[in-house]
Amino acid sequence: MNVANLFNNYGEAAAMILFGIGFSNLLLQKNLIKKIIGLNIMDTAMYLFLALKGYVEGRKAPIVTNGVQTMEAYINPIPSGLVLTGIVVSVSVTALMLALTIRLYRRYHTLNLDEISTRLKKEGL
Amino acid sequence: MQFVQNFPFITIILSLFSGPLCSILGGKKAKRINQAVICIVMVMSCAVLAFVMQSGTSYVYMMGHFPAPWGNEIRVGVLEAFMAVFFCIIMLLCMMGGVYEREQKLEDTKQNLYYVLVNLLLSSLLALIYTNDLFTAYVFVEINTISACGLIMIKQNGRTLEAATRYMIMSLLGSGLLLLGICFIYDLTGHLLMSNIQEQVRILAQTGMYHMPLLVSVGLICVGLAIKSALFPFHSWLPDAYGYSTVSSAAILSSLVSKGYVFLLVKIFFRVIGFDIVCDSKIMNILFVFGIAGMIMGSVSAIQENNIRRMIAYSSVAQIGYIYMGFGLGNTAGVIASLYHILSHAATKALLFVAASGITDASDNHTDFFKLTGAGYRNKLAGIAFTAGSLSMIGIPMFCGFISKLLFAQAGMDNTYKMLPTLIALAISTILNAVYFMKTVIRIYTPVSRKEIQKNGYQNISIKEQPVKSVALILFIILNLILGLCSEPIVAALQSGLGMFA
Repeated sequence: MNVANLFNNYGEAAAMILFGIGFSNLLLQKNLIKKIIGLNIMDTAMYLFLALKGYVEGRKAPIVTNGVQTMEAYINPIPSGLVLTGIVVSVSVTALMLALTIRLYRRYHTLNLDEISTRLKKEGL
Repeated sequence: MQFVQNFPFITIILSLFSGPLCSILGGKKAKRINQAVICIVMVMSCAVLAFVMQSGTSYVYMMGHFPAPWGNEIRVGVLEAFMAVFFCIIMLLCMMGGVYEREQKLEDTKQNLYYVLVNLLLSSLLALIYTNDLFTAYVFVEINTISACGLIMIKQNGRTLEAATRYMIMSLLGSGLLLLGICFIYDLTGHLLMSNIQEQVRILAQTGMYHMPLLVSVGLICVGLAIKSALFPFHSWLPDAYGYSTVSSAAILSSLVSKGYVFLLVKIFFRVIGFDIVCDSKIMNILFVFGIAGMIMGSVSAIQENNIRRMIAYSSVAQIGYIYMGFGLGNTAGVIASLYHILSHAATKALLFVAASGITDASDNHTDFFKLTGAGYRNKLAGIAFTAGSLSMIGIPMFCGFISKLLFAQAGMDNTYKMLPTLIALAISTILNAVYFMKTVIRIYTPVSRKEIQKNGYQNISIKEQPVKSVALILFIILNLILGLCSEPIVAALQSGLGMFA
C-alpha cells in the first residue's frame, strides 16, 4: 500500500470520504430530513466517482462538435450515461422518502424517527 | 431465431406497461387486468421453459441493435425460466389469498394503485431474473424497492408508515453499497455485461492484479444484497414491514421480493465473478457464519413474539439464514439446496401468511397470540392450512421443508470443516421451529367454551364464504405437497439450470 497513490487519486479518495459521510448520516441521524440529505450526499459521491472514471485528461464531453468523430477527441461516454440513470433513480427515491416524511410529520408533528417509534408503542396499534 | 425466444422480453414489457394502465382504471378493472397479466406472463414463461428444456442450452437475446460489448442483453436458461414460472404462480396465489382483505380495508380510491404496484413489482422481478447487464440489474433493484415500499404503506396507519420508512432507509443503504460495488467492478473490468466481466475477472485472478479491490467490490455487493434480503444482523426493518401490511403484501414481500435479491446474488456469484473465485476469497465463510446466526436468532425472536404475524415474519429471518448458509458451504450442492429452499420457503411462507389471516379473521381481527385460542375450529380450512405450513416449515417428510433440509445436510457432508456446524445448526433450528410453530398449532386447536366465543364476538368462517381465498389455500397446500413429493425432477431441473448459468 502506497500513500502516494492516495494523493495521486485524490478525486476518488474524496468521493469515498463523501460516500462514508452520506452513508453514516443515512444510518445514524435521527432526523428524517437529515437522513434524506445523507442519502443525497451518498448518491452524489457515486456520481463523482463515476465521472472521474470516465474522464480522460484534455478531452471533451462526448457530444459531436464541428463534425469531429475520432475517438480520441472525447471522454468515455458510458459513465456519463450511468450517472444520468443514477440521478433518475436518486430523484425518484428522494421524492418517495420526502412524501413518507410529510405523511409522518402530519400524523406525529415530529421528524425524529425514534420518537415516532416510542409513540407508536404507546398507541399500541 | 424462433418467436418463443422473444417471450422473456415481452413479459417484462407487458407487466411494466400494464402498471400505468391500471392507474387510470377503476379498482375492479385493474384487478382483472392484474390477474390477466400474471396469467399471461405465467403461460409465456412456461413456453420459454419448455423451449430451453428442449434445446438444452441457454440463449442470449440482444436488446436493441448493438452487439455484445456495448449493447444490453437478456439471457435465458432453464433456471431463469423456471424461477419466472414459479414466481408468477406464487404471486397469483398471494393476490388471490388477500383479495377480501384488500377490498375491505383499503380505501376505494386506492384499490387500483395496489395493482399498479404489483404489476411493477412483477416486471422488476422478471427483469432481475433475466437481465445480463449489471447496471440494468441495479435499476430494477431500485424499482423493486420502490414498489415494495408502496405495498407496505398502502394500508395507511402510523405503523405501516413507520415500517415503510425504516424499510426504505435500510434498502437505500443496501442499494448504495450495491451501486458502489458495481461501479468498482466496472472500474476494474471496463464492462457492464455479466459474461464480459467474467472474462476480465478471470484474467485478473490469474495474474493476481487488483486482488484487493476485487475482493472489496464482491464484499460490497454481498453486504448490499444481504441488507436488502434481511440477513440476520440487518433484519430490524422486517417484522414491522411484514407484520402490519396487508396479507398479500406480506406474502409477496417475504416470498418474492427478498428472493429476487438472493437470485441476483446467485447470478453475480456464478456469472459475473465465477463461483470458484468467490469461494477462494473466504467471503463464503462470513456468509456461512451470519447464515447460521440468522437461523438461530430468527427462531429465538420468533419464540418470544406474541403477535402471530410478527412471529411468521421472524421465521422469515431464520429461513433467509438457511439460504445464506447454503451459499456459505461453498459448493454447488449447497447452492442447489439454497435454490430449492427459495422455492420451498416461497410456497410455505406465503401459505402461512394467508392462513394466518384466515385465523385472525375468525378471532375478530386480533393478532395477539392468546386471542387465537380455538380459531382452528372456527375457520377449519385456515386451521388445516396453517398446520400444513407449520409441518412443512419444521421439516416433516412429504412436505417441501423436509427436502430442503435434506439437501442442506447432504451439501454439508461434502465440506469437511463446515459439516459439523451445519448439522448442529440444522438440528437446533428444527427444534426451535417446532417449538414456536407447534405452540401456535396447539393454541389454535385448543377448544374454548361457547360462552367465551359469544362474549368475544368471534364468528365462524366457512369455506363457502370466501371461495377465492379457500381455493388459494388449497392450491398452496397442493404446491407444497408437489414440491415435497416430486422433488427429484425439480432438483434435476435446478441442477441443469445452474450448469448452463455460468
